[in-house]
Amino acid sequence: MPRDALMDFDAALEKYEPVLGFEVHVELSTATKMFSDAPNPATGDDAEAAGPNTAITPVDLGLPGSLPVVNETAVRYSISLGLALGCRIAESSRFARKNYFYPDLAKNYQISQYDEPIAFEGEVEVELEDGTVVRVPIERAHMEEDAGKLTHVGGATGRIHGAEYSLVDYNRAGVPLVEIVTKPIYGTAERAPEVGRAYVGAIREIVRGLGISQARMERGNLRCDANVSLRPRGAEKLGTRTETKNVNSLRSVERAVRYEIRRQAAILDGGGTITQETRHWHEDRGETSAGRPKSDADDYRYFPEPDLLPVEPSAELIEELRAALPEAPAVRRRRLKADWGFTDEEFRDVANSGLLVEVAETVAAGAAPAQARKWWTGEIARIANARTTDPAGLISPVHVSEIVAMVENGELTDRLARQVVEAVIDGEGSPAEVVTTRGLQVVSDDSALTAAIDAALAEQPDVLAKIRDGKVQAAGAIIGAVMKQMRGQADAARVRELILERAQS
Amino acid sequence: MSEITPDLVRHLAGLARIALSDAEIQRLTGELGQIVDSVAKVSEVATADVPATSHPIPLTNVFRDDVPGPTLSPAAALAGAPEAESDRFKVSAILGEEQ
Amino acid sequence: MSTASELTRASAADLAAAIAAREVSSAEVTRAHLERIGAVDGDVHAFLHVSEAAIATAEEVDRRLAAGERLGPLAGVPVAIKDVLCTIYMPSTAGSRILEGWVPPYDATPVARLRAAGLVPLGKTNMDEFAMGSSTEYSAYGATRNPWDLTRIPGGSGGGSAAALAAFEAPLALGSDTGGSIRQPAAVTGTVGVKPTYGGVSRYGAIALASSLDQVGPVSRSVLDAALLHDVIGGHDPRDSTSLRDAWPSFADAARRGAEEGTLRGLRVGVVRELTADGPTGDGFQAGVTQRFREALGILADAGAEIVEVDAPSFDYGIAAYYLILPAEASSNLAKFDSVRFGLRVTPPGGGTVEQVMAATREAGFGPEVKRRVILGTYALSAGYYDAYYGSAQKVRTLIQRDFAAAFETADVLVSPAAPTTAFPLGAKVDDPLAMYLNDLTTIPANLAGVPGIALPVGLAPEDGLPVGIQFMAPARADDRLYHVGAALERLLQERWGGPLHAQAPALG
Ligand SMILES: [Mg+2]
Ligand SMILES: [Zn+2]
Repeated sequence: MPRDALMDFDAALEKYEPVLGFEVHVELSTATKMFSDAPNPATGDDAEAAGPNTAITPVDLGLPGSLPVVNETAVRYSISLGLALGCRIAESSRFARKNYFYPDLAKNYQISQYDEPIAFEGEVEVELEDGTVVRVPIERAHMEEDAGKLTHVGGATGRIHGAEYSLVDYNRAGVPLVEIVTKPIYGTAERAPEVGRAYVGAIREIVRGLGISQARMERGNLRCDANVSLRPRGAEKLGTRTETKNVNSLRSVERAVRYEIRRQAAILDGGGTITQETRHWHEDRGETSAGRPKSDADDYRYFPEPDLLPVEPSAELIEELRAALPEAPAVRRRRLKADWGFTDEEFRDVANSGLLVEVAETVAAGAAPAQARKWWTGEIARIANARTTDPAGLISPVHVSEIVAMVENGELTDRLARQVVEAVIDGEGSPAEVVTTRGLQVVSDDSALTAAIDAALAEQPDVLAKIRDGKVQAAGAIIGAVMKQMRGQADAARVRELILERAQS
Repeated sequence: MSEITPDLVRHLAGLARIALSDAEIQRLTGELGQIVDSVAKVSEVATADVPATSHPIPLTNVFRDDVPGPTLSPAAALAGAPEAESDRFKVSAILGEEQ
Repeated sequence: MSTASELTRASAADLAAAIAAREVSSAEVTRAHLERIGAVDGDVHAFLHVSEAAIATAEEVDRRLAAGERLGPLAGVPVAIKDVLCTIYMPSTAGSRILEGWVPPYDATPVARLRAAGLVPLGKTNMDEFAMGSSTEYSAYGATRNPWDLTRIPGGSGGGSAAALAAFEAPLALGSDTGGSIRQPAAVTGTVGVKPTYGGVSRYGAIALASSLDQVGPVSRSVLDAALLHDVIGGHDPRDSTSLRDAWPSFADAARRGAEEGTLRGLRVGVVRELTADGPTGDGFQAGVTQRFREALGILADAGAEIVEVDAPSFDYGIAAYYLILPAEASSNLAKFDSVRFGLRVTPPGGGTVEQVMAATREAGFGPEVKRRVILGTYALSAGYYDAYYGSAQKVRTLIQRDFAAAFETADVLVSPAAPTTAFPLGAKVDDPLAMYLNDLTTIPANLAGVPGIALPVGLAPEDGLPVGIQFMAPARADDRLYHVGAALERLLQERWGGPLHAQAPALG
């Protein structure tokens, strides 16, 4: 496939103004699906565990005669989210059918909301790395249902093209979604990619603060479609936009927006025109590729869903939910910074890595703020970076706090703790399980250490004399030998103590 | 006169995923033209001041408690499927992209 | 009541009483009906599937009764089920090739309630494909014939259920009525059919045609039997969001009171001019239909009812609005028949993409009327046409509801012929969709407004000797009024006839 011509980013921004728009789908963590009483796989810890086509009822399969019934908790979550986005809540909102044929869509229509969404006209405050605040206008947030999952079989890549056939699992069909749609975002200029990342990060923070979604991008709990168009600087008329689908990490949002700006600029600069189309983000290549062109065939024939009735939340319900909202993220940031006693730089370090919620939850689970920050922005971020993914969601905050506690108690050294972190991320179990199965506990049994010291001293008999002569640093050679023999699972400080005791006896 | 043409019928058949034969398209063009002409009279009385009714009996806020119920077993779910493999529904290759 | 013929001609109420008194067993009653089906259904073709489990089910009911269990008022009575309703153990095809052989993993709520009440499902009855039609000729499995004249249509879409009753193959049946599919077949077969208030009977498990119009209801040979069956199947169902939470009165009590009181003094009966020979579509009404209709009005007046004329000008737009709303909703409801999860799959020669397989399946699996309406509905909802067609039709719906509201200011029930003509010959309208659509002229307004309607026989048309039906309509939630008035009129008519109208039906077989 020929590579896209790309314009230098700074040069592109000199000539063109990017206009952004985002559609973020949030899977709600209700007990059951949007319209059926099947268990909601987006709520469990492992959506795949039960096997394909296990979390389904006749409604999710779209069997003839089956009918949808709205999940009240999903409505409450949607209203809370609307309020947290600063939206107005519709006095009356209703569901509509969006008609199109696709094998993952059991009824061949999606129940969504169209002209009467539950929430509309909001605004989200987004903070960039240097502390700059950008206000992103929200057009609407509406309720809908997710589709099933396709597996493409045959062909080289498991992708849709070249596959021999496909298999459909409807477990995800009917999972409750809220789709958040921004208005066009103007004036971001060279910070457009950063704004994209920060906006999606802010949505994730809001949703997790509300506790209404697991919001793990790598699991598809939170999915972002990024719309990008360019217009010549100073021009009034909007350019043709592309919609890059399912960008599944924060750093991918930033990269995808940057890529589209450079790609579109190169086309426009060469006198070409942008095709209105969906595009796919390829994490591996760091590129987007053309998807489905928008065409006349995109006629969804929306009409009011006759099987469902309007949702008309009472003023009392809205006020009840408003009163229960957690602090707004901006307020929360100010409070956390003070509570944790971080410097500006330390705090921004956490926030910009999208780790506020992780650190907060780790602290809530018992870790000292400085320790929580150290592990998340240090070792866990390093592993995430090596794996080109986001650190958030890699490991649970509770597990991190358990590891911190083990270090504090002397059960683990820092070095061992790093191994435990990696093993937990690799799915080997909880920290305690990893320590047991890998045998990583610090050897705190003095007799084992003493035996090792004796053995080392037998090899280097002159060391004790040197120590007694005041050359305490000579102990280092023995410590090294002991640590080697204990395969690193000894507390170096204790070994040193024991050697010094021996020298004095 | 109605605006139903064979091309329009072909387009509609595409949206409705029905592989109509050319003969059916010809016949339907005539029949739909007649039907559309006769039903178009709804616009005579459907003035801007009349609200639309989508449900015959007005109800609102009909909800379900968020409590799981019984599910179909994969065997029951797949029992009626034309083709299945590894507990999934099997379909031939997909041409178009997701929506 | 002991011979097979007596058992198949008895009312459901009488059968239930005899079974409860252990004068006859449910198994005997069921066997008599299965034998009748065996004898006449080759000619009538009312059934698509006859249950193999019926006798065993009946014997189970007999055992429970013998053990002293108190079952419902219709326990042990056989019932036929329109094939639009999902049934465990029995195929459910909605009269379509695309669902041939499909056995649902669940019962429709009305079916589950029948089983729970101890009724005995006999089998599944024929219908126009996906309930689209007024003659049952659009069934993919061949037409049903009218037991009064085997060369004529039994009405539709529920021609199978109506014919099964008229041919004494079943004492009760379930139907579904989207624009008249219970009432119009009742009218042309001399039987009784009720479309309940929208939301009165659960739609869960009824294969949807047009969700905002569909209602499941009872089909019978007497008003009391319909009421008894309505009592069993009705009431709130949390699985249907449009199901009403009302506490309903006993419809059987309403029917019994209507038959016993012998007077209709104080009742205001509104004749809807637009739905009679005096309206703008008046020339579509057969003379004998109008004659029997007017005689029935005379009987009502003699019994003390006050007959008033009401105008409902928007009803003239009813058929037009109906043939936009129905196809629009149907085009979406029928999208699920795509060869992926259930039903037919047709692969084009040499294979094809999933898109091509879906299109080939729907081409092969849907009949001409279904394709016509799906394409029409796709058009009515398309970008650029929505406002003019679907949107306007929904406004007409508002106007029709206003006309009903105004009419019910001056009348307690409204009345019209249940169908403009008697049963027409098979094949007469099958290639003329517009002519076919006119059959539902008088029944459609009730569906658009969600109000209940009943059809019952008022005699035979002098010119062809075929049954004529009358329709009463009541305000939403006042279904009991229909049973009261219907049972009263039925009794007055039967006093004149010297028995039920179906006693005059020709013998079959
Ligand atoms: Mg979207
Ligand atoms: Zn969406």
